[in-house]
Amino acid sequence: MLTRLAGYIDVIVIGAGHSGLAMSAVLGERGIDHVVLERSEVANSWRTERWDSLRLLTPNWLSRLPGYGYVGDDPDGFMTSAEIGEFLDDYAKWSSAPVISHSTVLRVTRADAGYRVATAQGDWTCRALVLATGAYNQPVTPRVAQGVPARIHQLHARSYRNPDQLPPGRVLVVGSSATGVQLARELQRSGRPVTLAVGEHVRMPRIYRARDIQWWMLAAGLLERRIEEEDDPQRARRVPSPQLVGMPGVTLDLNALREHGVEIVGRLVGMRDGKAQFSGSLRNVCALADLKLNRLLTALDQWVEGRGRTFGISAPERFAPTVVDDVPRLEIDLCADVRTVLWATGYRPDYSWLKVPVVDPRGDLVHNLGVVAAPGLYVLGLPYLRRRKSSFIHGAEDDARELGAHLADYLDGSERGRSGSCVAPRSARGSFPVAAARRAGA
Amino acid sequence: MTMQTKIADNGVNVAALLGAREALSRAPEAARFKWRATSKWLKGTHSRGTVEGFFGLGGEQMHRQSYQFDCDHPEIFASEDNGAAPVELVLVALAGCLSAGVAAVAQKRNIQLRSVQATVEAPMDIQGILGIDPEIRNGFDRIKIHYEIDADASAEEVAALVAQSQKRSAVFDVITNPTDVSVTTSKVEDRVVPGNIEC
Repeated sequence: MLTRLAGYIDVIVIGAGHSGLAMSAVLGERGIDHVVLERSEVANSWRTERWDSLRLLTPNWLSRLPGYGYVGDDPDGFMTSAEIGEFLDDYAKWSSAPVISHSTVLRVTRADAGYRVATAQGDWTCRALVLATGAYNQPVTPRVAQGVPARIHQLHARSYRNPDQLPPGRVLVVGSSATGVQLARELQRSGRPVTLAVGEHVRMPRIYRARDIQWWMLAAGLLERRIEEEDDPQRARRVPSPQLVGMPGVTLDLNALREHGVEIVGRLVGMRDGKAQFSGSLRNVCALADLKLNRLLTALDQWVEGRGRTFGISAPERFAPTVVDDVPRLEIDLCADVRTVLWATGYRPDYSWLKVPVVDPRGDLVHNLGVVAAPGLYVLGLPYLRRRKSSFIHGAEDDARELGAHLADYLDGSERGRSGSCVAPRSARGSFPVAAARRAGA
Repeated sequence: MTMQTKIADNGVNVAALLGAREALSRAPEAARFKWRATSKWLKGTHSRGTVEGFFGLGGEQMHRQSYQFDCDHPEIFASEDNGAAPVELVLVALAGCLSAGVAAVAQKRNIQLRSVQATVEAPMDIQGILGIDPEIRNGFDRIKIHYEIDADASAEEVAALVAQSQKRSAVFDVITNPTDVSVTTSKVEDRVVPGNIEC
């Protein structure tokens, strides 16, 4: 851990998660003086804001950061939160990231030719600032939560750790992205019957044609897709996480949950007289998800045919359509039938400390591909920031390199502007040697 | 050989729709619409609804002309059957909304439609409205709508048109999700008859 007194520095990175550390490595390569301010320890959210059984949705072999990668003996396994924390810790040490731990940023304001970053340990000033605080800062619950009767136990996935936290009895899990389906499975297996409220979702098999779906997505180049290629970038950025669980070979779609005994109902849309009301759109959201899944699989089939190489890949397959009850339940009496409501309804970023006019009325940062609408201000690690893989651990490197290059140009330009003379471009120190990470969790 | 790219024409001005979407996302207050209808009771179960004006894009708007809809009940309800049953108009509204969506989505995806035929069916146990059994709801048990579509597209693309249309349909939302309804009343004041005026 770095001890350094607050003062002037060229660049500050806020947040020591995978994105902040990737940016730090890139800045280090370029010889740009910087610190990484972290409210707690490296990978804090992974260690303190996730449930016990969580595992990454990407296999170990995909866990890589600039100059660094997984070399353990379980490449097809999936890291636990603790293992991710250890992986990032090791990376921070290996890359000598100048992380200043326990240094919560209280406020960021404009200052002469840059920004003032206030922390409890003192004020920093910098010329360029990188926001790497992620998109998952504040738990979001829909407004209908206010209508849940007081005697019903409620919690957000962020506070959920394991089934023992919950009283016995039925759990209404609201939300059907990766979090919702994983918690529904775990709670149903714990003996608590589960009703899962399902809105628009992304259905995905764990294994397709004998390969992990993440292998397909990467190999076929789908994760490289750039946000500029999307018809509707805002919608593309809002796509929920796919219904995946980090267990080798385990598919966790709605049909699998139904086989576990989970009751599938429509999106939670209302609360009346202590009854939760579910949308009649369940059939359509399932049809949409099935259609999109088949489009994805067709694209993967076409890609592999185009290569004419099928080593280790089995024949094309299609999955059974999502089963919907003949008469899906449209309401449930919470007081009579439900003990706990678990909100798996996502997060929003928190920029309340950012006193720079770059946040729109919806609370979203105004930026173009990570270049924020204020000079020298950058963001990375948000979903589909530049590419579909932008928020993935292995997606951090490309974004960090491109934004790092932009940032270096900005520093050079602003230096010239300030001194009125030409400053020689910064030379890169050369890239890190590829080093081996310790086996995560070993 | 030259490839000719055919441009589908379903009579939907997609450029105008996308332009409106773009403009309204920058001026969200103009996107606040208010739909209106009036209805006048005529006799028995017969009433006549009228739509004419609505509010939108920041001001009062008018239909090209006013439209009227006669509502009544069939003769087996001891009515005169001067028009569609109100529940049937709900089905007509649902199909009208989804079909408009199918055409718009098809246009956007450059799919030429030749015919779009919707059949809507909604079972109902009228013991509910007759108050025979309080456990039975007044409304439909469910709604089934079938689309038969002739278009230059695969079966999967046609299914995707209908699915996407539901995702963006106002009437589908009105029917599948709860809506707060407030009904208020006012009594017409007794007419002042000249003879009652005391001199």
